[in-house]
Amino acid sequence: MIGAGSTDLPVLKPFRLKAASRSSALPLTAQHGVVIAGALVISVSIGDAQAGPGAPSILDTLLKWTPLLAKGFALNIAMSVLAMAIGTALGVALGLGLISLARLVRASSWLVTQFFRNAPWLVLLFYCVLLMPFEVRIGSVIVPLPGWAKATAALALPVMANVAELVRGAVQSIPSGQWEASEALAFTRMQTLWLVILPQCVKRMTPPWMNLYAIVVVGTPLASIVGVSEAMTLTGDVLSSEGRTELLVPMYLYLLTWFFIYCYPIARASVAVERRFAVR
Amino acid sequence: MTDLQPLWDWFRELYATTGIKLTIFYDAFDRARFFNGFLTSVRLMSLCIVASVAIGIVGAWAQGSRLRLFRAVTAGYIQFFRNTPPLVQLYFFYFALGSYLRTTNATGIEVPLVSNFTWAAIGLSLYAGAFNVEIFRAGVEAVPKETAEAAEALGYSRLGAYLHVTLPLAFRISLPALNNNLVNLVKTTTIAYAIAVPEMLYVANQIWSDELNVTEMMNVLLLIYVALIGVVVFVMGRWERAMRIPGYMP
Repeated sequence: MIGAGSTDLPVLKPFRLKAASRSSALPLTAQHGVVIAGALVISVSIGDAQAGPGAPSILDTLLKWTPLLAKGFALNIAMSVLAMAIGTALGVALGLGLISLARLVRASSWLVTQFFRNAPWLVLLFYCVLLMPFEVRIGSVIVPLPGWAKATAALALPVMANVAELVRGAVQSIPSGQWEASEALAFTRMQTLWLVILPQCVKRMTPPWMNLYAIVVVGTPLASIVGVSEAMTLTGDVLSSEGRTELLVPMYLYLLTWFFIYCYPIARASVAVERRFAVR
Repeated sequence: MTDLQPLWDWFRELYATTGIKLTIFYDAFDRARFFNGFLTSVRLMSLCIVASVAIGIVGAWAQGSRLRLFRAVTAGYIQFFRNTPPLVQLYFFYFALGSYLRTTNATGIEVPLVSNFTWAAIGLSLYAGAFNVEIFRAGVEAVPKETAEAAEALGYSRLGAYLHVTLPLAFRISLPALNNNLVNLVKTTTIAYAIAVPEMLYVANQIWSDELNVTEMMNVLLLIYVALIGVVVFVMGRWERAMRIPGYMP
């Protein structure tokens, strides 16, 4: 690690990103709501001003389509939750592979993790949607695979790789004294992992895991590109059926607001959890 | 191009014998458009990397500003771009804002003032920039106050201490997080596909629609992206090591 001619005298002490310092960058809470509402109101009134005489008001139009958008948004949430659940289950297994003692297991897990971490989500999405069959036959049962299921599978793959990295990082961050103490108490490696190490890892993994969830949620509209009718697709449908250019800005802002309202509390909560668990 | 002809012929032979249809190698038209798509992707990536880092530096400065308005605007910008889908942001820029920025050309046809490539560059830079602001701010905060004070005691001006002492240290502390974000940015450039920017994914889609070689093109795409990101990771890793602060172990 030490290059030629450099010293190892401490110039700067190691620094840990403090949870508290992260949150200090978010001084706004209720104000955010005011700003969003303000932006929506302004865009709605600008849109109203542009609308021709006799056209229904923008606000009415937004409200008219809200139930449909809500249905689409529910699909976004369902996809994100499912992808997160599948990805986490697979990712924990893959993460344990990353710290396996068997060299072959370790190397192959590393390869899989790197591959899925580095592949763009949209390319994975195309890959799964275009190359997975539209139905699978298990014995005599035919299980149909609709577009959203394939998209969920595609989202679960990068989640898996990221969770695997989280698991590996968390396990390595546990002081080696914990391993040595369990060994002294005659725990097997399996027991040490499940009873001593992993329970401590859960705490460390929770904040980045929540961040990952928020990233998955904002990733779900990608499914609209491959034809899943989630909130983004439906917004496009609504806009083309209304055919009013003055509706464009309010409608997209409206959709952005839905996502913001869902994701922002998660971001806040992850900061709070991080701060709480930071106390040792 | 003539000296590569045997290679192209080999790929044609490959198709004839195995059915692996890589038209991007032996078909001159597909080769040219795929190469252009590749160049567009690389151009978009480089542009966004530079712009988002610039946004990050300016934003970090604005967040440390004494003016409350500056801080509030930056915080709003960060939260908005971090907590909404980049794809919807891009649609918002291209379709919603783009619908206002139109002009009529000489032939009387309405054309957009800002091209889709430019919108993609703007949208993606703003998206990645929001993360970079936080990253740089954390880096600046990580430099102990005493370091800047010591510099001032040695006769540096406040700005001088910031430029010559705090910033270089802060930048080095920020590098690992910055690397992650830039890798993410490179991956996210694929969403420019949605507004028909002729980048690699878009061109690949055209090719597999024409040639019906979805599997081959998907695999080529995956490999190229993984390789491109590998290059970014490698270069940034080398840089990170070269810029390492002696004795600093995070």
